[in-house]
Amino acid sequence: MENTTTKRSKLPVIDCDIHNSVPPGALSPYLSQRWQEHFKTFGLRSRIGGYYPRALLNAARKDAWPPSGLAPGADLAFMQEQLLDAWNIEYGVLNPLIPVGEQLNLAYGAALAQAVNEWQVADWVEPEPRLRASIVVPYEDGDLSAEEIHRCGPRPEFVQILLIARTKDPLGNRKYWKIYEAAVEYDLPIGIHFGGVAGPITGAGWPSYYIEDHGGMPQAFHTQVISYVCEGVFERFPTLKIVLIEGGFAWLPPLLWRLDATWTKLRSEVPELRRKPSEYIRDHFWFSTQPMEEPPKREYFEQLLEQMDMNDKLMFATDYPHWDFDAPDRALPSFLKPELRRKILADNARALYQFEKN
Amino acid sequence: MDNEDGLASTALGPSPDFVQAGIKAIDCDIHNEVPSLQTLFPYMSDFWCDYCNHSGFRGPDANDYPRGAPLTTHPDAKSPWEVDLAHIREQLLDGWNLEYGILNCAYRVQSVHNPDLAAAIAQAINDWQIEHWLDPEPRLRASLVIPSQIPDLAAREIERVGEHPGFVQAILPVRSRTPYGSRLYHPIYEAAVRHNLAIGIHYGGAPGNQPSPTGWPSTYLEEYSGMTQVFQAQVISLVAEGIFDQFPELRVVLIESGFTWLPAVMWRIDKEWRGLRNNTPWLKRPPSEYMRKHLRFTLQPIDAPPTTKQLLQIIGQLESDEMLMFSTDYPHWQFDTPNDAFPTPLNIGLQAAPYMPGALARKILSENARAFYQL
Repeated sequence: MENTTTKRSKLPVIDCDIHNSVPPGALSPYLSQRWQEHFKTFGLRSRIGGYYPRALLNAARKDAWPPSGLAPGADLAFMQEQLLDAWNIEYGVLNPLIPVGEQLNLAYGAALAQAVNEWQVADWVEPEPRLRASIVVPYEDGDLSAEEIHRCGPRPEFVQILLIARTKDPLGNRKYWKIYEAAVEYDLPIGIHFGGVAGPITGAGWPSYYIEDHGGMPQAFHTQVISYVCEGVFERFPTLKIVLIEGGFAWLPPLLWRLDATWTKLRSEVPELRRKPSEYIRDHFWFSTQPMEEPPKREYFEQLLEQMDMNDKLMFATDYPHWDFDAPDRALPSFLKPELRRKILADNARALYQFEKN
Repeated sequence: MDNEDGLASTALGPSPDFVQAGIKAIDCDIHNEVPSLQTLFPYMSDFWCDYCNHSGFRGPDANDYPRGAPLTTHPDAKSPWEVDLAHIREQLLDGWNLEYGILNCAYRVQSVHNPDLAAAIAQAINDWQIEHWLDPEPRLRASLVIPSQIPDLAAREIERVGEHPGFVQAILPVRSRTPYGSRLYHPIYEAAVRHNLAIGIHYGGAPGNQPSPTGWPSTYLEEYSGMTQVFQAQVISLVAEGIFDQFPELRVVLIESGFTWLPAVMWRIDKEWRGLRNNTPWLKRPPSEYMRKHLRFTLQPIDAPPTTKQLLQIIGQLESDEMLMFSTDYPHWQFDTPNDAFPTPLNIGLQAAPYMPGALARKILSENARAFYQL
């Protein structure tokens, strides 16, 4: 690790995907007696049946287990040492992957969301000024989600609203519009993170292996992008910004081409769309880098960037503490021009999340 | 467009450049659709005819080509349910001087929940294809329709008619109840290999489960354009679950799937495989190598980028000149002018660069399909 010090101090780094996890009992102070009892009695209940054993326990790097004995991502001091200080991270965006929005009991999901958000402020953002939090919401219910966004939205500790890739319905569906209405009110981007289970995890049914689950996740992002555009979400919410987190991005250019081509034939079905689908997508979507597709040849990556034409929308992420962690000095291809490297490592995220320069 | 006498016009427009250049192309996706369930009654037992009549059953509950949707019917063609052999001869086989045409019937027996009825309908379709399409027209080849939701019955149908020289593949809808890499389907692949048939995985299907990992989209535009992600799930499944290790001779073609998305899938899955090899220890080579060796893609809809340069970039990223096979998707509406059916300029020397090398164009137009289907 030591030999990378000089390299990593050269350019500022903003990490758009850090996972903080809940130590045992940490949410209790923020949950009513009723919901504490509920948790003890019934635990967490979601649309289960979609579990594939991960690459490693907790999907975590082997070295990310803190000496305190807590789970990876649950110990702020250890995260500071292993991530924020070690890589000189300027800002980090917390995306807690706690199955709040997946709870079948929506009232419980709403209570959990509130608790998780309060815990993030008290235990993470207040003690560590480099961190900002994502608002977790019970996303399958628009009204309850909007309530939580109105509660947290005005507070500077929060910089985005966190949804998941595999929702019960495609996210352009009208049932989710209350979330977007609240998001634009506070100018908060929507972050959609890898994961979730709400039905068969592919359009072809249930696969057998984790590599299909993990490697197939772009399929969910595909559907979400198409849904947002075709449902007219950006006509209704012209200032809405959406960040696709941990979904990769090499799949985007072919999607743009196909959607444009299909739309020219089927546009009578969606008369509310006034622009080509690709124009909405280039305006409204951002992408985090990890896990980045790695073409076998440099020229393919350069072609990809040119075809995508979204250099202002790519944002670096480590995915700490997960097994497929991307290191700031090694994840991006070495041939990227310094200006683009700077944009991806920090400037694009700084502009989107409106971070002040440190 | 219809003439005054109601017949389809004889051409889809002037012949494309490749026809004028004397290349006899092979069209790997021509639709021969069953006009109605009644069409099949002569090939079904009295029991099933009575069952359908009494229950009012009118065919599978699939709507992957809405009858009035613009994509469903090319403006110069009849609808898929009206197209007959005469139209295909006039507009394609003679009109475009094709060497061969591969028929793909998209009748969704896979959506018929009663397994015996599904098998009876599949059998009827295949007998109808032999009598009305294959026997009268030696330039046509066809796809076996099989009840793949019950692999044993599907294999039995392959055994029944798989030796007919007109059948070159068995066709599966891309939407399935379980991905096609599952071991459940081994009987189908065993039978296909035994009879030297390819497997075609075609756009659409109505298995009852959601067409995406995130539920049901609202519009046909979403469903059609989003179908590429279902193809991606099938590609990943076939490779990761070891179908090509188990059946090294198996040939699979994705039909009406697009192909510009494939390089991104190769890159992602090769990277995943490096990190997750213990998931699938039978994979001895990077997944992309299996894809190049075993998978083929029909050309339309081409989902082309805005420039020829970018299209050639994508074809280059496939790192194989054998994966693409020409198709029209007739009579669906995928191209506006005949030259859009094969959009990259062929006229080497006449066109400004970038253009497709002539040797690659010939491979895509005919040689790849001739090798794949062993025509």
